[in-house]
Amino acid sequence: MSSYHLDHLQYLETEAIHVLREVAAEFERPVLLFSGGKDSICLLRLAEKAFRPSELPMPFLNVETGHEFPELIEFRDRRARELGARLLVRSVEDAFASGIATPTPGQVSRNQLQIPVLLAAIEEFHFDCCIGGARRDEEKARAKERFFSFRDAFGQWDPKNQRPEIWNLYNARLNPGENMRVFPLSNWTEMDVWEYIRRERLEVPSIYFSHTRECFRRGGQWLPLPPPHTDANRPDPYAGARPRPNETVKTLVVRVRTIADMVSTGMMESPASSVEDIIAEVAAARVTERGSRADDRASEAAMEDRKKAGYF
Amino acid sequence: MTTAVHTIELLRFNTCGSVDDGKSTLIGRLLYDSKSLMEDQIEALERSADLTGGGQINLANLTDGLRAEREQGITIDVAYRYFATPRRKFIVADTPGHVQYTRNMVTGASTANLSVVLVDARQGVIEQSRRHTCIASLLRIPHLVIAVNKMDLADWSEARFLEIRAEFETFLPRLDIKDVKFIPMSALNGDNVVEPSRHTPWFPGPTLLGHLESVHIGSDWNLAAFRLPVQWVNRPHQPRDPRLHDFRGFSGQIAGGIVRVGQRVMVLPGGWKSTVRQIWTLDGPLDEAFCPQSVTLVLDDDLDVSRGDTIVGMESLPGLNSELQARICWMHPRPLVRGRKFLLKHGTQTVPAVVSSIENRIHVATYEPEPEPADLVMNDIGEIRLKTGRPLVFDGYATNRMTGAFILVEPGINATVAAGMLHPPLEPVRPEYNDFAI
Repeated sequence: MSSYHLDHLQYLETEAIHVLREVAAEFERPVLLFSGGKDSICLLRLAEKAFRPSELPMPFLNVETGHEFPELIEFRDRRARELGARLLVRSVEDAFASGIATPTPGQVSRNQLQIPVLLAAIEEFHFDCCIGGARRDEEKARAKERFFSFRDAFGQWDPKNQRPEIWNLYNARLNPGENMRVFPLSNWTEMDVWEYIRRERLEVPSIYFSHTRECFRRGGQWLPLPPPHTDANRPDPYAGARPRPNETVKTLVVRVRTIADMVSTGMMESPASSVEDIIAEVAAARVTERGSRADDRASEAAMEDRKKAGYF
Repeated sequence: MTTAVHTIELLRFNTCGSVDDGKSTLIGRLLYDSKSLMEDQIEALERSADLTGGGQINLANLTDGLRAEREQGITIDVAYRYFATPRRKFIVADTPGHVQYTRNMVTGASTANLSVVLVDARQGVIEQSRRHTCIASLLRIPHLVIAVNKMDLADWSEARFLEIRAEFETFLPRLDIKDVKFIPMSALNGDNVVEPSRHTPWFPGPTLLGHLESVHIGSDWNLAAFRLPVQWVNRPHQPRDPRLHDFRGFSGQIAGGIVRVGQRVMVLPGGWKSTVRQIWTLDGPLDEAFCPQSVTLVLDDDLDVSRGDTIVGMESLPGLNSELQARICWMHPRPLVRGRKFLLKHGTQTVPAVVSSIENRIHVATYEPEPEPADLVMNDIGEIRLKTGRPLVFDGYATNRMTGAFILVEPGINATVAAGMLHPPLEPVRPEYNDFAI
């Protein structure tokens, strides 16, 4: 075999760096969506590879549902600080107060409600491009996604009318008010992400590793027990996401495979305590990563519908 | 860089063929038989089978992920799928066969090492088969597989297989495809996809997956002539490290060849020469780098280099011209006529361009050019002449798929309207004249 050869992770890396540099060069006000999850952790390392020794040429944005795991928030804030990046946070809670978003009656998950908050943040800061860590292997509507995903002035995705994406020549042109979503990890799989985390020795939040947690069974999943409601002056943000009398609480040794918010993240029973263990577990897994996300189970086209409405 | 003993290669391929030739079924079968499907995906298939399919699992539903696709039972847009065997990782672009969406086939095929063209054994070679083979050839996809599908409906006839093969072989010599493999199969039943079929004792193999795992792709990248289209100038403005005050790096993905520290290079179109001082990466400096690595070069001299410039080696120089000739695939409902103005994106440069003439339209059924057509309509392939607002630093597409390709964008609506492949330069850039010009 020739020595001028890239293995598959090096190939995915060089492709993603190229995409990130195109963003920096072609857009005026890009932003990187950083949640603290494993995909956006890879995205940060790739951004460092693309732009160091310069400062990262874009701020970070996170849209909180208000149902976050505290471990994740701590990790997100610390990483942004360490990298010297400006972290912007907008939340569904605040959006209720300002009227941008309205709580959906009967709906516990706030996944849908992130859409208007994201769109409002794009308007507020005049972002023309949002870089996200979404991967095509996650879900079949994602499998149809381009690296450069054009969104109209309402944030809408039109899957029937996507721009052809040929070679590595990305058409980044926008008219005022329009927005681009860019996904440098498009071609990565869950396994690639973990192998990259291992190769680059990247730190990940502790909830990816095995730990003890109080959980309750609902909808075929172990959901984490939300923190207690302490502020009597405000409505319980976890109303509906607490165990009902017939749902028993158990203390389990669990970890997360994919992180949404606390009300829609299924915990898996696992002893995996290192990245090596996780890789072995992913290799042996018999269900997909998204199988543990309650928000995708709503209907066969749940993701497609959310993307059409402006979800990233 | 790690020193893994066993490196896993990546093969990118796409499937194409006419509607109902079974592309989505083939990919479903590849995933299913190579055990790349998870239980929840299989359950979802079974759920939708109970609802709509009369109990029979429809493998095509794995890739046809959009509502409109399932409604109509056709593939509208490229879907990308990922699977791995112990020998290789695969990225599959499931590209539509419907005439209306040929542009998406070009999208899926442009980055592929290999194309699988499906042919219905009952139908034989039809215009879409010729069109897709022609596009694979124009795009210079190094490897081609002709999958003669639905052999179960042709009684597993070796004579039928050989007939279709012979029909292809009448026009393959006119194309630029070096490596072609014919495989008889039934994607629906899984014959010769992953497992060899007991119905084809006359076929020596390999199966499709066996071929995908073993086809040699090591030399598919261009390592001949160094090209670095400058993507972004890395100039730390507020470095925390005082040693970086003078850092000026030129970042980009190497589009061809190899670069080494100490090598003489030239910056085009300016023509300035310099020496590579450092190949900067986050993982530490490299002694050499090669296509398609993304790197940052630091040069010995302080030159005015910006995005859109190209750094090249001193051997095998590229062309430099604003009068260009190219083959294009037209992708927009509004036809192309002479005199139309566009934005042309080539490498990291976007320049205004005007189509000065339409030389011909290539008939995909016969591969004969029709000279001077009035226009090119959607899905047409033809040759055009272009004049650009600034000269391009380019190679012929046959020499280098990265420096020989461009897209045309319609200003205003910003639609990508054409994919273009440049003819080789008539003469390479002559650096001595450029030196004089400074």
